[in-house]
Amino acid sequence: MSSNPDFWSFVFGRLSWESFPLHEPILVVTFLAVALGGAAMLGALTYFRAWGYLWREWLTSVDHKRIGIMYIVLALIMLLRGFADALMMRAQQAIAFGGSEGYLPPHHYDQIFTAHGVIMIFFVAMPLVTGLMNFVVPLQIGARDVAFPFLNNFSFWMTVSGAVIVMMSLFVGEFAQTGWLAYPPLSGLEGSPGVGVDYYIWALQVAGIGTLLSGVNLIATIVKMRAPGMTMMKLPVFTWTALCTNVLIVASFPVLTAVLVLLSLDRYVGTNFFTNDLGGNPMMYVNLIWIWGHPEVYILILPAFGVFSEVTSTFCSKRLFGYTSMVYATVVITILSYLVWLHHFFTMGSGASVNSFFGITTMIISIPTGAKIFNWLFTMFRGRIRFEVPMMYTVGFMVTFVIGGMTGVMLAVPPADFQLHNSLFLIAHFHNVIIGGVVFGMFAGIAYWFPKAFGFKLDPFWGKMSFWFWLIGFWVAFMPIYVLGLMGVTRRLNHFDDPSLQIWFVVAAFGAVLIACGIASFLIQLVVSFMKREQLRDLTGDPWGGRTLEWSTSSPPPVYNFAFTPIIHDHDAWWDMKQRGYTRPLHGFRPIHMPKNTGTGIILAGLSIAFAFGMIWYMWWLAALSFVAMVVISIGHTFNYHRDFHIPSEVVDRTERTRTALMAGE
Amino acid sequence: MSAPTLHAATPAEEVAFYVAEEEHAHSGASTMLGFWIYLMSDCLIFAVLFATYGVLGRSYAAGPSGADLFDLPLVALNTAMLLFSSITYGFAMLEMERNRKGMTLLWLAITGLFGAAFIFFELYEFAHLIAEGAGPQRSAFLSSFFTLVGTHGLHVTCGLIWLVTLMVQVAQRGLIEDNKRRLMCLSLFWHFLDVIWIGVFSFVYLMGVLQ
Amino acid sequence: MSRKILRILPLMALAAILSGCKMTILNPSGDIAAQQRDLIVYSTVLMLLIIVPVILLTLFFAWRYRASNTKAKYDPEWNHSTGLEVVIWSAPLAIIVALGALTWVSTHLLDPYRPLSRIDASTPLRDEVRPLEVDVVSLDWKWLFIYPEQGIATVNELAAPVDAPINFRLTSSTMMNSFSIPALAGMVYTMPGMVTKLHAVINEPGVYQGLSANYSGHGFSDMHFKFHGLSQTDFNAWVAEAKASGERLGRQEYLAMAQPSTREPVRRFGSVDPELYGAIVERCVEPGKMCMSEMARIDAQGGAGMAGTLNVVTKRVQHAAAGRPGEDARGAERRYVLSFCTIDQPYGATGSDAAPRPASPGTTE
Repeated sequence: MSSNPDFWSFVFGRLSWESFPLHEPILVVTFLAVALGGAAMLGALTYFRAWGYLWREWLTSVDHKRIGIMYIVLALIMLLRGFADALMMRAQQAIAFGGSEGYLPPHHYDQIFTAHGVIMIFFVAMPLVTGLMNFVVPLQIGARDVAFPFLNNFSFWMTVSGAVIVMMSLFVGEFAQTGWLAYPPLSGLEGSPGVGVDYYIWALQVAGIGTLLSGVNLIATIVKMRAPGMTMMKLPVFTWTALCTNVLIVASFPVLTAVLVLLSLDRYVGTNFFTNDLGGNPMMYVNLIWIWGHPEVYILILPAFGVFSEVTSTFCSKRLFGYTSMVYATVVITILSYLVWLHHFFTMGSGASVNSFFGITTMIISIPTGAKIFNWLFTMFRGRIRFEVPMMYTVGFMVTFVIGGMTGVMLAVPPADFQLHNSLFLIAHFHNVIIGGVVFGMFAGIAYWFPKAFGFKLDPFWGKMSFWFWLIGFWVAFMPIYVLGLMGVTRRLNHFDDPSLQIWFVVAAFGAVLIACGIASFLIQLVVSFMKREQLRDLTGDPWGGRTLEWSTSSPPPVYNFAFTPIIHDHDAWWDMKQRGYTRPLHGFRPIHMPKNTGTGIILAGLSIAFAFGMIWYMWWLAALSFVAMVVISIGHTFNYHRDFHIPSEVVDRTERTRTALMAGE
Repeated sequence: MSAPTLHAATPAEEVAFYVAEEEHAHSGASTMLGFWIYLMSDCLIFAVLFATYGVLGRSYAAGPSGADLFDLPLVALNTAMLLFSSITYGFAMLEMERNRKGMTLLWLAITGLFGAAFIFFELYEFAHLIAEGAGPQRSAFLSSFFTLVGTHGLHVTCGLIWLVTLMVQVAQRGLIEDNKRRLMCLSLFWHFLDVIWIGVFSFVYLMGVLQ
Repeated sequence: MSRKILRILPLMALAAILSGCKMTILNPSGDIAAQQRDLIVYSTVLMLLIIVPVILLTLFFAWRYRASNTKAKYDPEWNHSTGLEVVIWSAPLAIIVALGALTWVSTHLLDPYRPLSRIDASTPLRDEVRPLEVDVVSLDWKWLFIYPEQGIATVNELAAPVDAPINFRLTSSTMMNSFSIPALAGMVYTMPGMVTKLHAVINEPGVYQGLSANYSGHGFSDMHFKFHGLSQTDFNAWVAEAKASGERLGRQEYLAMAQPSTREPVRRFGSVDPELYGAIVERCVEPGKMCMSEMARIDAQGGAGMAGTLNVVTKRVQHAAAGRPGEDARGAERRYVLSFCTIDQPYGATGSDAAPRPASPGTTE
């Protein structure tokens, strides 16, 4: 496109010294910190000669358990970035009053709120959900891996690449200043001529490929690889929600991909999909992005519902109340989530009948959701509730989430939405359901399955600290935001005139600090638990009195998960096995067929970063070169026909023998 | 094929809790399902592009319309190329079932030639339109036209690269189980593109010319 | 230190509430906003009917069935009860049926496109009352209000007589914004090339906050204005004052004003080009540019044929973001369609009076 004869312009595209934000002290300090931390980490890896181990055992691993753990590590790292953004916003809004502009000029502040949204949804919530599903689903259905192990590795690294692209925008150039959904015409070339929106597009496209493929993978896994006897109505509830979530992923992410392609064509080729002139129609972008965006909400929350179902029945030592209605509720939510997208823009002048249709469909979703809440409630009824950390999150969720659900239904009443749309009330609402639902669910899930992944429990004291900080922090941070919304304050404001608002923002900022303490407690919990791992060790593989298959194997499970494929008779399969006096088989092991590790995924993902960087900065040679390299390497990968191997029965025998010895306390 | 022996943990109840003797697991037993799901997601991309064309297909921005631009005989020829390629791919699959490697490769090569001809005509049409000043930048109609047809063309191009790769692999290793599975996947992909093209041809070209 | 803050905070919050924080949405001054407030209250109460018992039951069960309470009944296999299932599905269903009916009725009644039928809860609108027409344009980053009947225009200041219906027609120059005066009525988006409508009335005199409620770029935070609810005499005086300013708002003045800027002071124009608003909506204020209705007419006839490949010009526009450090300072290219010239209108359908125009279609500036 650009036919500039200048050689340097060919080499570097639009990248220049000015692209590096050396004039922004906050970014320079951040960069130095990241660089020092990174150097220290690389140094440590080299010093401990961990590179080979890391490469062989983790980076190239196709083991669903390791990939799941890596997803969660990615999410936790990105949580720190996304939460730093949140703290900066809260601080800015708490001080920018009465003529003070605060410390963040709009150019910087607008990037922060955009990045906060993008990172929290795509690179925190999504990897948490995907990571948990990856780790748990094959174990719950008695499989040895997912259907396409290499694809799983590739999906993970593409998600990492997306995150890397977002992080690069921090130090090279800028990020989008458009809000997290980048509505045109603001995100078009006329509204955003810089590289910010291009970073946004390519980060989401690259990560989106990963998400879509992992969706395909998990559906095929759940449909095809269930252990014998596990009919659909014997599927553990978490696996059910995972199935529905992945159906939603497969049926909605292509829409995101397509709409971002159209936006990038507008920006790169000069087409007129969403432009103001020459026949373009920005409303179409808004429709399409929400046709993806609303199912996305349920992609995040359904697995959290699944976690709560597992946790409730485990810690109440009781069967889940209303399994069948739970399953149907999940399926109904999945279907309905496609019929509500317009409620995100009632205020764009649709007719009254259209608005009420979408308002009412939205409300209908609250019926199955309400039924789920009751099901958890009646699972607690006549149970023996052990208040371990996951169960505390569950009760915290039930109390918090219903409020978020209520404000959500308020927003679904179109005339009420005319007042509340885009206000801080809306912000409080979706943080209420995302923190109260998704975040609590994921932390409950991490606390619940951590012993399965690592063989020792998390330290309960710091877990409870983290829980209380999160719970109280959430309420302190977002109740003032609700109030501000009712005062008519809109979102994304950089500074304010009315001094009477300030106190609410100060309280909200204090709440954010409490949540920061919650995150810190969680990190401390990880460190403390690692130090005390011998005290917290679990040798049984079933530390909570679990009910589903993952608890039948050792913690951490062997690479092949199950020495023998289990046969299922009940949806609480492991509970059923324990009730009927199941004994672990000790001999007769056979060789197990497993996939081999491969480095192709990480290499392709690395090249996709180079490709995206070339596209963002108009370094066409780099984009072309890395694209060709990606194609060649992908083709080369298909020439490798020896992708799997057998674990010899002696190795299985030895592994199982070790476990027997450990369980006997030898 | 021996029936799996079920191992009873508590003989009194005769309930088996694990499969003691497993058959050798097929690698890629789920491939066809997975690929089918992928195709459906790809179908959604086309659905979005069709919808976009449906919304913007009459927004000529006081520029040329389909009736001014489309060369129906050329497109008909093009369509014939793609339909023939689908038939010849079918022949290749029949030969594959008979385990005749040479004939399979021959039909695949013919399929590839038809596909390449399709791409050639499409590029010719695009170049012609752009030279006339009716490029994708001219109007929302042309933007959505180029994107929809171009995305299909891009898929066919990918299919061609895949086809060549598979031909090399079949030539190298013969019609082994893995290669047959791959040929089946490409077959699905290729016929899928045919179906999409029929949609493009009727919805974009025929209706465009008819106005 | 943090403990000290912890102790003070509730007090401060309480003080803020007692000092009477302005919950505008719950205490509005316009009839539409008041009805919307009622709806918020009704729906909340309706849902609390089920939310409160759920929360209480959750806490009660959590306490009652805690593991240490061995006196509570424990029934590990109890997992189904048809009666209970019916209740847990039908209770939310009943609430939603009620709420859905409320939604359907109120959405139609409070449709912003629907002309008002009453001034407030007790006063129906008399037929002979003519509403005040206001044409609203959101620009980067300020608001333009045109009063077509009074022939005046203002920037960043809006006024209306109390108890008189107002008909807003809204559009935008480049970016999407949302026109929001919480005390008056709910918001409606403003979008380039489109007209949205809002009907509202203000019932109490006063000065209210108006703002853009949809992020539209760097100057967005300062994109607010004051809305004055005035008595009829004060409003007449306000109009007369604007008229006296003598400034005229024509196409040239508009194009100058449309350049991105922030914190524009209040401006008043004594006269307005009567065709200006139409041209803004149709995106043809720039001389020589084809209006959207003209374009729609040509498109409905199947486009302009191959001749239509020649009538596009490319114009470089200075972007608001340009010139920032690290920013692409080249500006963006904006392409648009030229209007066709006729014998009546030698310079095309928009026929502006003064501006220089391209020598022939297809030239590039």
